[in-house]
Amino acid sequence: MSSDLEELYQSIILDHNRRPQNFRAMPDATGHAEGVNPMCGDQLTVWLKLDGDRVADVSFRGSGCAISKASASLMTQAIRGKTSAEATQLFEKFHALVTGHGGGEDLGALKAFSGVSRFPLRVKCASLGWHAMKAAMASGAAASAAGDGAGPDRAKSP
Amino acid sequence: MTVHALAPRSDFPLLAANPSLRYLDSAATSQKPAAVLDAIAGYYARDNANPHRGAYALSVAATEAYLGARDRIARFLGVADADTLIFTRGTTESLNLVATAWGRANVRAGDRIIVTRLEHHANFVPWQQLALAMGAEFRIAELTNDGQVDLDQLREIATPNTKVVAFGHVSNAIGTISPVEEIVAIAHRAGALAVCDGAQSAPHLPVRVDTLGVDAYAFSGHKMLGPMGIGGLVARRELLEAMPPYQMGGDMIASVGDAATSWNVLPHKFEAGTPNVEGAVGLAAAVAYLEGLGMQAVHAHEKALVQYATRRLAEVEELQVLGPAPELRGGVVSFTFAGIHPHDLSQFLDADGVCVRAGHHCAQPLMRSLGVSATTRASFYVYNDSSDVDALADALELARSRFVVGAR
Repeated sequence: MSSDLEELYQSIILDHNRRPQNFRAMPDATGHAEGVNPMCGDQLTVWLKLDGDRVADVSFRGSGCAISKASASLMTQAIRGKTSAEATQLFEKFHALVTGHGGGEDLGALKAFSGVSRFPLRVKCASLGWHAMKAAMASGAAASAAGDGAGPDRAKSP
Repeated sequence: MTVHALAPRSDFPLLAANPSLRYLDSAATSQKPAAVLDAIAGYYARDNANPHRGAYALSVAATEAYLGARDRIARFLGVADADTLIFTRGTTESLNLVATAWGRANVRAGDRIIVTRLEHHANFVPWQQLALAMGAEFRIAELTNDGQVDLDQLREIATPNTKVVAFGHVSNAIGTISPVEEIVAIAHRAGALAVCDGAQSAPHLPVRVDTLGVDAYAFSGHKMLGPMGIGGLVARRELLEAMPPYQMGGDMIASVGDAATSWNVLPHKFEAGTPNVEGAVGLAAAVAYLEGLGMQAVHAHEKALVQYATRRLAEVEELQVLGPAPELRGGVVSFTFAGIHPHDLSQFLDADGVCVRAGHHCAQPLMRSLGVSATTRASFYVYNDSSDVDALADALELARSRFVVGAR
């Protein structure tokens, strides 16, 4: 395997692809959103349960490539217990890492995605779950503002 | 068994410059021979002016280059009346032209529009949207278990209120070659138009549009060794003459009054604006090159490669080829493999210089019915040989050992 490819498919990514964490639907979520990559047909749904402003639980399901699946899996582990502002900030750092604009400081296990920056077409894969998470947060906020759960049930990532 | 390339790699500058590249994505776009690149450069170096506009000799040269290209391409496709060949940007624009110009004028509420489950989005979405806009009924002809159009079911749904049956000659996603004559007969018995997406047949099969019996046939130049941005629509003259224009502008008018405008004759009525002369000239060189190889030979070559690939890939564990038997398909082999997502797989194969396509191949309705979200697709053309297939099979084994076995 070329070294670029080895860096892209680090063993932690392959592990999470085979055994994704928090890979389940969440009936009592406060918000959820779908992420779709129209180029390759990848599709996943992220569910969030907010306790006040804090992520009490987060999960996902769907089909996609190893990068998108592992990224969503590691995302669920990384943002649990965080406030929405902290989760958003983490996404910004992660996005900077995968687009080659950041060194991955304070990212912990998410640093495994540093290899993505060498493959610009895969940035969308790595960000898919994160975009859905952000949209799920917005849908939850809209739902609690409306008080009747009438948030958007479908938000597509760019 | 060895299958030699039908056309030498040395004729194709990009392939010649990258000897280790295994280009297996010709169903997406083909590589271009030097003859095509030279024709395009030659047109700009010798003949460039705006055709149909100036009375000076150079404009006449450009006009002749453009008209000559149309005649050349019409002859290649077996079209006797060259003025019924409308140049477009490609298959997508050709199909949109028919669905919009003919469709809006002829389809009414209560009518039925039929497409097949095999269609590329370009021959699916325009008809679906036409049906929605006009209040017509949109029906899909389903497939048999081996990925062919179910003709019995098509016969059943092709009721007398059917206005159009739109179908692909060869499936870009799984390679099925559809029986044109039978589908046309079913469409015509219902009094419907038969519209054929020829994007994957014009480059790979001997096609005589006049004898196919279809009412309209769409194709793309870039998939048949020509440049991008040129293609065409061939349709029956009466149909084209009865259809309103698709786009308005220069060249497509006979006379413009303050209150009304009359249309130019065919093909100009459907070619508004300065035409893509470079594209037409390049495509004419491409069909001349293909004629030199012989389209029967092109088809036989791809058949041999598909047969070889089917055998080689059968030796690869955990690989499942989708679609019909090798003798019923064009030069396309679509497969799923070892639980590795096609997107990851194509990235792995790329590291070994093997270019394949991963994804839904712009055929999501088909992918859904096959129960997959994506496949990996290898597609062949005149410059491929059996060593390309060997490289693919070897790269698959390597991907499996590194991605699946190594991780177990």
